[in-house]
Amino acid sequence: MPLLQVDQLVKDYGDVRALHGIDFDVDAGEFVAVIGPSGSGKTTLIRCINRLIEPTEGDIHFDGNAMRTLKGADLRAARARMGMIFQHYNLVTRLSVLENVLHGRLGYKSTMAGIFGFYSDEEKEKAVEVLTLLGLDAFVYRRSDQLSGGQKQRVGIARALVQDPRMILCDEPISSLDPSSSKVIMDYLKKIQTELGITLFVNLHQVDVAKRYADRILGFREGRLVFDGPPADLSGDVIRDIYGTEAGELIIE
Amino acid sequence: MNSSSSNVPTLTPTTYFRRQRTLATLIFTAVFALTIGAGALTRFDVVDMFTAIPRVAAWMAENLIPDAKSVSRLPRILDTLWDTVLMSIMASTLSAIAALPFALLGSTTTMIHPWVATAARIVASINRNIPVAAWALIFLLSFGQSQFTGFLALFFASFGFLTRVYMETIDETSSSSVEALRATGANWYHVVSQAVMPASLPQMISWELFVIETNIRSATLVGLLTGSGIGFLFDVYYKSLQYESAAMVVVALVVVVLAIEGISNVVRRRIL
Repeated sequence: MPLLQVDQLVKDYGDVRALHGIDFDVDAGEFVAVIGPSGSGKTTLIRCINRLIEPTEGDIHFDGNAMRTLKGADLRAARARMGMIFQHYNLVTRLSVLENVLHGRLGYKSTMAGIFGFYSDEEKEKAVEVLTLLGLDAFVYRRSDQLSGGQKQRVGIARALVQDPRMILCDEPISSLDPSSSKVIMDYLKKIQTELGITLFVNLHQVDVAKRYADRILGFREGRLVFDGPPADLSGDVIRDIYGTEAGELIIE
Repeated sequence: MNSSSSNVPTLTPTTYFRRQRTLATLIFTAVFALTIGAGALTRFDVVDMFTAIPRVAAWMAENLIPDAKSVSRLPRILDTLWDTVLMSIMASTLSAIAALPFALLGSTTTMIHPWVATAARIVASINRNIPVAAWALIFLLSFGQSQFTGFLALFFASFGFLTRVYMETIDETSSSSVEALRATGANWYHVVSQAVMPASLPQMISWELFVIETNIRSATLVGLLTGSGIGFLFDVYYKSLQYESAAMVVVALVVVVLAIEGISNVVRRRIL
């Protein structure tokens, strides 16, 4: 059974249809890249999967849960098994790196334990271990607004990893980063897939990056899934179809 | 890329700046006409105002310099002023505590339901838009002349203001991290305590200090209306024609307000 199943997913914003009945499955351990121009529905799709945005119609199944029927504690438990990283890192910048990483454990906490930030010794050790894995062992107690963009994104990845997730959703993880930090981040994501067996679902603006790192590419245009296949099948014609002729030419160059 | 359509009037740099200048001239003329018109309607003579300044200054020099008698009243003045300062701090602090839950319910980032958010915003907006003097008169009818009436007036006016600025602070400082925490499976209480409060608290305290300063100044007016505190003392001296002592009250007030402003600036620099 696939880890993630999306069936006939529709999202309307008022009169505007952002997603037109999307269907696809993701198997455990895959690295899926989602490409498409701005406004093609990538961001809406990724947020419908963990219900930061409520879908209008259709079904989403993740790890045996019918996501759309979940409420309260069940929804929190399902979200805990799905990490998420963001273009702008979305850290609490006034807090330390360690505190930000431990936020990844909140999905497993009771209300009181979460409010007062009671984390067990194992959780703290796990957080430091993950930070060491990501090369941030020197920054554990540093305030996160003192970090560079690439370092902040690695804190974001650490926060997702301590959730002990089956899948990590990445929304434009490298769009705010310079090329060398981007490569570092993409290499870590690949390592997470190959060494930890975690499924990755990554929105990307960079087609070349998608082709290089992903096992499979989903192409979106105007809220419709227009391509679903391995990077090898992503021909010039397909890119022109996704991005339109002019922009397509620039990307194929 | 796109072929430009020919029926839109073409904008050249010359016509663009000509249009901007015409607009500026129009606005300036309108404001000037409004000022003259308002002056004529209310029979306010600008020339008269300026010629009166030397006379006013002479009167102030004669009557408003604190004399020996007013200095001997200083202990009484400072005592009352201390009460007023404490009352203002209390009103500001309690209104901040009351404003926080309303701000959390009213902010787009942390609201639990759109209707609740609208209700919270309406309550805050009503409180904010009633001036502190109007609050004082409203409570004067029900509670009479007392320190408590003054406290209530400051409390409600500050509550409305603080709710509004706290809502904006929450939206400004924490919306992205709130999204991230919701994605981890955190519940509302976790999000508020782990993301919203750490991110917004310094700015909230800074606003609270601002409100304390403002309230000490307003307390003078409120005291005048509610017959309590430093405002009342000023009123008593003023109405009994002891202008020197009234001036002493003003001097003491200015010194205290400056001191408090200084302290809160230091605190603000340390926390932000």
